[in-house]
Amino acid sequence: MSEAATPWSGYTPAAAWDEAMDLHGTVREHYRHVYAEIDRMSGDDLYSRAEALASTYLAQGVTFDHAGEERPFPLDIVPRVVGSDEWDIISPGVAQRVRTLEAFLADVYGSQRCVTDGLVPRRLIASSQYYYRQVAGVEPANGVRVHVGGIDLVRDQHGIWRVLEDNVRVPSGVSYVLSNRRAMSQMFPEMFGAMGIRPVLEYSRRLRSALAKSAPEGVDDPTIVVLTPGVYNSAYYEHSLLARTMGVELVEGRDLETVNGRVYMRTTAGRRRVDVIYRRVDDDYLDPVQFRPDSALGAPGLVNAARQGNVTIANAIGNGVADDKLIYTYMPELTRYYLEEEPILPNVDTWRLEEPAAREEVLDRLHELVVKPVDGAGGKGVLIGPKASAAELAAAKDQISADPRGWIAQPVVQLSTVPTLTEDGLEPRHVDLRPFAINDGDDVWVLPGGLTRVALERGQLIVNSSQGGGSKDTWVLGGVRDRTPRQAPEAKVEFGGMHAVPQTAHPEDVVAGQQQQQQQQQQQREDGGASC
Amino acid sequence: MLSRIAESLFWIGRYVERADNTARLLDVHLNVLLEDPWVDEPSANASILTVMSAEADGPVSRTDVLHRLAFDREATSSIAGSLMAARENARRAREVISTEVWESLNTTRMELSRWSQAARPHEYFVWVRERTAVVRGLASATTSRDDAWHFLELGRSLERADMIARLLMTRSLDGTAGPDWTTLLRTCSAHEAYLRTVRALVTEERAAEFLLVDRLFPRSIAYNLDMAESILADIEGSSRSRTLAGRAQLALGRARTNLEYSAVREILDDLPFQMQAVQKACATASDIIRDRYFLPDATVVWNQEAL
Repeated sequence: MSEAATPWSGYTPAAAWDEAMDLHGTVREHYRHVYAEIDRMSGDDLYSRAEALASTYLAQGVTFDHAGEERPFPLDIVPRVVGSDEWDIISPGVAQRVRTLEAFLADVYGSQRCVTDGLVPRRLIASSQYYYRQVAGVEPANGVRVHVGGIDLVRDQHGIWRVLEDNVRVPSGVSYVLSNRRAMSQMFPEMFGAMGIRPVLEYSRRLRSALAKSAPEGVDDPTIVVLTPGVYNSAYYEHSLLARTMGVELVEGRDLETVNGRVYMRTTAGRRRVDVIYRRVDDDYLDPVQFRPDSALGAPGLVNAARQGNVTIANAIGNGVADDKLIYTYMPELTRYYLEEEPILPNVDTWRLEEPAAREEVLDRLHELVVKPVDGAGGKGVLIGPKASAAELAAAKDQISADPRGWIAQPVVQLSTVPTLTEDGLEPRHVDLRPFAINDGDDVWVLPGGLTRVALERGQLIVNSSQGGGSKDTWVLGGVRDRTPRQAPEAKVEFGGMHAVPQTAHPEDVVAGQQQQQQQQQQQREDGGASC
Repeated sequence: MLSRIAESLFWIGRYVERADNTARLLDVHLNVLLEDPWVDEPSANASILTVMSAEADGPVSRTDVLHRLAFDREATSSIAGSLMAARENARRAREVISTEVWESLNTTRMELSRWSQAARPHEYFVWVRERTAVVRGLASATTSRDDAWHFLELGRSLERADMIARLLMTRSLDGTAGPDWTTLLRTCSAHEAYLRTVRALVTEERAAEFLLVDRLFPRSIAYNLDMAESILADIEGSSRSRTLAGRAQLALGRARTNLEYSAVREILDDLPFQMQAVQKACATASDIIRDRYFLPDATVVWNQEAL
């Protein structure tokens, strides 16, 4: 390292896998460019860029609701870089995972082959809170149930990518990927030119075309809508951004009505038929007729319309049975079973607390394990053994004994760290990664990058934004940049024989102006330049 | 266009225009208070609150007026309140309005906190006029002339007609002689246009005529009523129903023709009442538009479901 203080002075990776530097302080290959760029800046420069980043987010309204208050979504200034060799593992791994989940869901809501073949116990499915009999036997239009999947990945102490969680209900966060990229490319234009970062902008186009493909049969030009719970939802920004960039309507439940099994939205010109609903409302709130009768967020009759095949709901209702954390433990076997492939991305080791032997072991070692509720999301209810007090541990023990189906246990995964700007300069902070996959029925496409969430407090392992986490822009290298000019230089000037159309201006400005100027200058010369 | 979104757009149009015109109106009012040596300040203040349909009890100070009409963030009849409300509506209609318009409304709301009671009000008013002009300019430059634009403009022109009517009511405030016509023309940015059009010194009749019924000046009442009528016709398009929208046009048209076909002197002699009639017509039209295009909540009919 150089003698003078740079933002990197004092950056020392701790025990976990640091993605920028190994334990000897050698910068890893794909971080070299970012390292050098930041090395050239002063600390103040880095902070002022970070401030500029926060203020553009406020101006753009990139916010999330935290405890009823709109806050700018914290975006860290140091990007996370993923090498193209790593991406060649992640991308097919995520796609494989989504295909497995898709096959599992089709099976669960169909013939339940995996149960009859003895792979998954029947009571596991029957007891899942998110298994909905209402949609059993419903065949989606193009066979897709997971139109969008978010697979949470972590990197362990040895740098191995593992799946931590599957999200196939309404995975959120992609809007931050899109707006983080826009903000970062304005902040570091020089790096973007040089590094060949794969673009993320096509997400909306891909999503739109996947949704269009999932439309009910016989609809050529489907009307797609995004269904949001409303402006006070914490992810409202995302809903409106997706609707805007896809060019579709953003509707609330009260904008929809169902008549004779068809769904319509209320417009100023009367009713308009809706064919595909990309819903960002949870299953339970979607249809008061079928689920919670007190819900005002959905529209009565939606499920019935979907069952009749008159409207496509994306993601499908009842997907929650697949991202149940107990089903998660069966995923490697299910991959072999349905796809006859070896899983590319391993799981994190998990104890099923329903099995008495496992439960006994876990209860003994509770202080060194992580315990999670099987149906939780957003880091709620997670207990980290080494950090918990004796009272918390005792309470958790009681909970587990009372409801073993409701919990799983995992060893503490030391999530990998990435340099992050804190009040004390750059420091390693734990991160995870949520890549997004879109399934259009023919192919699973994985957005290069994904949402990197970072725990902003030292040592904190829970990265959810609802728990005070931030995000990073994720750069996947290996985007091919075509630097050679497409055409011969002379062809550019001529435009294939066309002449440029001259830009016109007010005639007096051009002709008379010049004349006047000439005359005045002439006079000046005759005067002998006295006025100079 | 979704009814809910259309309603938001309509109100964005109204709120932005309201903030602009309230700033103009307050600027004049403060000037009058300074320049009129015989002013009875409390009653002048009370009656300006009445003009803006704000509640007043007890003697009203200048600070009360400023708080109530300029800085109060809770009331939609104050500048700050309308700007906040415009931004909230823009958030609801975020996917329909352009990013530029959204950002200008959003930054306006954020900068609001910079302005407090203590700052010189005139500068605040100048800032408000500038920000609203930015919003309008960006909206005009980035919105397709479809229903989104129609509802924005409909709200804007209704509000402008209404606010100019309120401004003219300040001619007959209690406790003061009120602003003279030159000041009123200036407030509407109409003085220069007036001089060019009328080519004469400012007289009461001519100035009133200009602000009431001039066909070409975009801040005359008749111009805006006419504009609202033709936008309503555009929104209805070919599938026009002669019932509800027709009634909105009827209300506006009646108010407009009353101004256009009455002798100016008659209107001037009865100015407060006449201006109130304009405001009532705008309110009626606004209600009818709501009933026609922005369906009320909770019209879910369960028994239509075929199970």
